[in-house]
Amino acid sequence: MSSSDPSTLNPQLSTPPAWAGGSGPTVRAVHDEFHGDLLEISMGPQHPSTHGVFRMVATLDGETIVKLKPVFGYLHRNHEKLGENTTYLASMPYTDRLDYLCSMTNNWAYALAVEKLAGLNVPERAEYLRIIMGELTRLVNHMCLVGFLFNDLGTSFTPLLYAFREREKILDLFEALTGSRMMCNYQRFGGCRVDPTPEWLAAANKVVQNFPRFLDEFEAMLTGNEIMLARTQGVGRLSRELAISAGITGPMLRASGVDYDLRKVDGYGFYPRFDFRVPLGEHGDTYDRYMMRILEMRESVKILQQAISEMPLGPIMDPKAKLRGFRPRAGEAYGRIEGPKGEIGFYLISDGMPNPYRYRVRPPSFVNLTVLEDMCLGHTVADAVVILGSIDIVLGEVDR
Amino acid sequence: MLGSGILKGLAVTAKNFVGSYRSPERMVTVEYPEQRLPIPEAYRNFPFLVTENAEDPMGTLRCVACQICEKECPPQCIYIEKSKDKKPDATGKMQIYPAVFEIDTSVCMSCQICVEVCPFDAIKMDQVFEIAAGDRFTDLLLKREQLAKPNSYFHQIRPTEAEEVDTRLAAERKAAEEKAKAAAAAAAAKAAAAKAAATAAPTTKTADAPSADAPKPPPAA
Repeated sequence: MSSSDPSTLNPQLSTPPAWAGGSGPTVRAVHDEFHGDLLEISMGPQHPSTHGVFRMVATLDGETIVKLKPVFGYLHRNHEKLGENTTYLASMPYTDRLDYLCSMTNNWAYALAVEKLAGLNVPERAEYLRIIMGELTRLVNHMCLVGFLFNDLGTSFTPLLYAFREREKILDLFEALTGSRMMCNYQRFGGCRVDPTPEWLAAANKVVQNFPRFLDEFEAMLTGNEIMLARTQGVGRLSRELAISAGITGPMLRASGVDYDLRKVDGYGFYPRFDFRVPLGEHGDTYDRYMMRILEMRESVKILQQAISEMPLGPIMDPKAKLRGFRPRAGEAYGRIEGPKGEIGFYLISDGMPNPYRYRVRPPSFVNLTVLEDMCLGHTVADAVVILGSIDIVLGEVDR
Repeated sequence: MLGSGILKGLAVTAKNFVGSYRSPERMVTVEYPEQRLPIPEAYRNFPFLVTENAEDPMGTLRCVACQICEKECPPQCIYIEKSKDKKPDATGKMQIYPAVFEIDTSVCMSCQICVEVCPFDAIKMDQVFEIAAGDRFTDLLLKREQLAKPNSYFHQIRPTEAEEVDTRLAAERKAAEEKAKAAAAAAAAKAAAAKAAATAAPTTKTADAPSADAPKPPPAA
């Protein structure tokens, strides 16, 4: 780095740093013989704290980050082009592999888009099943997130294993119902694939009833921990304005205090029938983003209890739906749901062929990742790891 | 008090540590090769081909090489070649059979779509997961002979689904037999009626048909 002109350091920065006359993070001007040049370091793509094959090129002034460039694409698998060259049904198992922690919600968003395209109606029981699976997926995802977040903070593996112990119970439920722990491939256009037995529902109910106990224990262990508070409060602050203008969705947006939840806004599925609240943060820092996940898990438990107890009997597939030779009429559709990470959407254009003409994914973690630099500026490298952890990215979805 | 949060956290870990020796809820791991958890019935791994008769697996494959699974398979790991001739299948009907049926398990992603689209219940998901192989190019490319497994095996791994499939197939077979029987009876009745009509009015018929060398009408059956 040879230039010391503040405007070239980070042209995308929303507020210029304090040393350049703005109100941004305090970074002293360097490049003089006393302080030396800025140091550019590359973290990843094989770094254990980058949650997959993700690379951050950070420019440091001493310990402080003055510029950060995310580099991704190492896990690109041509998902969208594959979707345009295979049938609609054949894309369904591929959506499992987008965000491999939440296959159920990916399936749901894709099924929703195709149902809009083909004009299929989902039976009531199938909608309830989708909500149950979606909320169980939210629990799975948020447990992974808080576990890995503490790994990033340096609590090597104890919270992660406690979280995974509970997650395993939900994955066992998924396996007993769909045949696979993570690659569920459960939703179909116009309904769901398998109908759960009453025993399965009883087992799910038991897991859900025991879940708040685990959450209490987890919170007792970590939420009040002084080291954790010192490491997360005020770190990686995301302002409300930037969150909105950057298109951030999900718990990250709500941690910044914006009341926007597609379950309430769109009211897709049968969510308006359920009684739940949307937790909101105030500061938009890492601690708020952590608490948002904990509170959302508690709300998910509420939804799950209602859904399991009120579940109606009936068919789980639209009789009009067909598996072989599926050709929706020409048109376009966008299906979006509130995934655990944010708005996951699928945009499809059909020209009446068995495969879509255009297949586009709107991945939440990719969009949420775009503000990484703005949140990391002025913090240290160790904080950047925690901030990245609190964004909740899955590289399968970022790179597609 | 500063540090109370840390102490509280340590109490939780201590509880878990002690609990892992006493309560099965906190002791969740199993010693895998010696100790095994039961596999859920729905568990799926790689596909196999169902045969009716374990004595003659290649002769009684349910698969009729319709190639629907080959077309629908998302990673395209199935390769089928149709046979030139026909062979009676398990129900005695003459059918085409797959001369070559291969599944590349190094490509297969266990999505179960081949099972769902199969109209003949010929391909099902297996539950064998210990499948280490020495060579990925030859050992993981499963041939027809390796894929064929008897229906009794299917009953063993998935009793509920196998029962359903068997009742459905039996009903279909019965319906087909009854239909064939009814068709045969109807044809016989028609032939009898035609014969009766022919014997009742032989003179008019010959009078109406001056060209006596016209070809004889084929029998109705």
